[in-house]
Amino acid sequence: MEPSNNVIIAKDLQKSYGTNHVLKGIDITVERGTMLALLGPNGAGKTTTVRILSTLLKADKGTVTVEGYDIVRDADKVRTVIGLTGQSAAVDELLTGRENLVMMGQLYRLTPASAKARAQELLEDFDLVKAADRPAKTYSGGMRRRLDLAVSLIAAPPVIFLDEPTTGLDPRSRLSMWGIINDLKARGTTILLTTQYLEEADQLADRIVVIDGGKVIAEGTSSELKSKVGKDRLEISFKDAKTLDAATKKLGKAVVDTNDRDHSLTVVLNDTNNDLRKTLDSLDGSKLELTGMAVHKPTLDDVFLSLTGKAKVK
Amino acid sequence: MAVELEFTSKPRLISNVSDAWIMIKRSSTHILRNRDQLLGTFFQPIMFLVLFATVFGGAISKALPAGVSYLNFLMAGIIVQTIAFGSTTTAIAICNDLQKGIVDRFRSLPMNNLAVLTGHVISDLLRNLISMVVMVVTGLIIGFRPHADFLGWLAIIGLVLLFTLAFSWLSAIVGVYAKSVEAVQWLTFVIIFPLTFASSAFVPTDSMNHVLKTFAVNQPITQIVEAVRALILGTPLHNHGYLAVIWCLGIMAVSIPISSILFARRASN
Repeated sequence: MEPSNNVIIAKDLQKSYGTNHVLKGIDITVERGTMLALLGPNGAGKTTTVRILSTLLKADKGTVTVEGYDIVRDADKVRTVIGLTGQSAAVDELLTGRENLVMMGQLYRLTPASAKARAQELLEDFDLVKAADRPAKTYSGGMRRRLDLAVSLIAAPPVIFLDEPTTGLDPRSRLSMWGIINDLKARGTTILLTTQYLEEADQLADRIVVIDGGKVIAEGTSSELKSKVGKDRLEISFKDAKTLDAATKKLGKAVVDTNDRDHSLTVVLNDTNNDLRKTLDSLDGSKLELTGMAVHKPTLDDVFLSLTGKAKVK
Repeated sequence: MAVELEFTSKPRLISNVSDAWIMIKRSSTHILRNRDQLLGTFFQPIMFLVLFATVFGGAISKALPAGVSYLNFLMAGIIVQTIAFGSTTTAIAICNDLQKGIVDRFRSLPMNNLAVLTGHVISDLLRNLISMVVMVVTGLIIGFRPHADFLGWLAIIGLVLLFTLAFSWLSAIVGVYAKSVEAVQWLTFVIIFPLTFASSAFVPTDSMNHVLKTFAVNQPITQIVEAVRALILGTPLHNHGYLAVIWCLGIMAVSIPISSILFARRASN
């Protein structure tokens, strides 16, 4: 089969446990060499989706192909081209890091020599050389996640599923994980990442699919999603309440919000470039004393809030 | 990536065997690295052997045929009992794997997943061999005098390993079925405790009441104990030898498919 440009194609995925409809028809397409983030709160259906895509779970309805292979009919073929890491996979705690890598490599059908050489390479890449011959149960949270990811890369599969790879990690380990994931992407690996952190999706992914309650509620690039929600906002703060009053009068109905505590006002910039200049021009003649000014871009938090009407995910 | 990756392409049958071998190595490493469990493997049989021989020895030896010491009588029972209880570790290991998500990792690989079960069951042979050597050596120190010749010992080892396999597969069903390690422990306990005690492992069945005796002489543990005991004492096997083998093969014929089916079903939920 000619390799398509879309490496993962999922159509109308549905899954229920009794009366609990976990997935209500999810469509996902991931282009070759790109990273797609599946973003949603706990219980949105992210892990269920990944488990279906990685052949661990059968969907009630819908079809999925990975690298052109049907995940039900050609499950074994699919397993040779994917790597899975994160909360739905694990490492063997009593084996050392190196033993884990070599064992999984051989189960991926690597020759023993290849498995050993590749294990050494990954231990070096993931900064695990010193801990390589210690049982994995002695590893810290961050080291364990790195080993977990290394294990799924042992046979260099072209498609990687990362199921919440940074949940529960401290900020430093998270940054190091992001670095590793970006390197993977730079090497042309096709990646599907699930996360409940908006910042993570924003930082890493080319495209974002937002799911909630088992349905896709939005998708696009990070900036497309943000522009859907809102315009840039200009916040200006003044010396005192009197100055703020004067400025509010001067700007008229462009002001959408004022804050008496820090004497600031907010203006929505429908057209960022023009409106910014217009606002500043109209304040220019009045000699009102400004103490600060900032342009706020909408965040994915805003996106999520406006899409789901629920509290922020994080 | 600097390393050139070379993949093997073996026919399915051979790759299944190699998957099983990889899993056997994994489980055996677990046994050798799990120090607490290994200590139990050493000391539990010693404790049982010494306690039973000294506490019950005096009372029970009166019920034994003339010339048979209780220690010589007891050895077969203690070996079989230790193995029966030891099979619990297979169940615990499988239950642990299912809970910790490593089974999901294996399932995402292009391997034969049943190798996970095979690995735990086969590596149990290793642990039980250690137990058996410990028991026989301890027994010899405190006065155990077997009458088996070389062939007799080969038969004993063969029978004991066959019994280990059968009970480990039986135990695998519990490991796949139970939702927690605690559940595994009490489930195996209520199955194995009555089987070993309502048998000829520790006392001759002649001393039991009619109902208990009917049960005891017709259940697998008694057949295996009697066969091993006859080989140790050098007395006639009667039909215990082949009944023991039939029981073991029968248990496996039922428990291998059941545990495999349950495993596949449990793992995909």
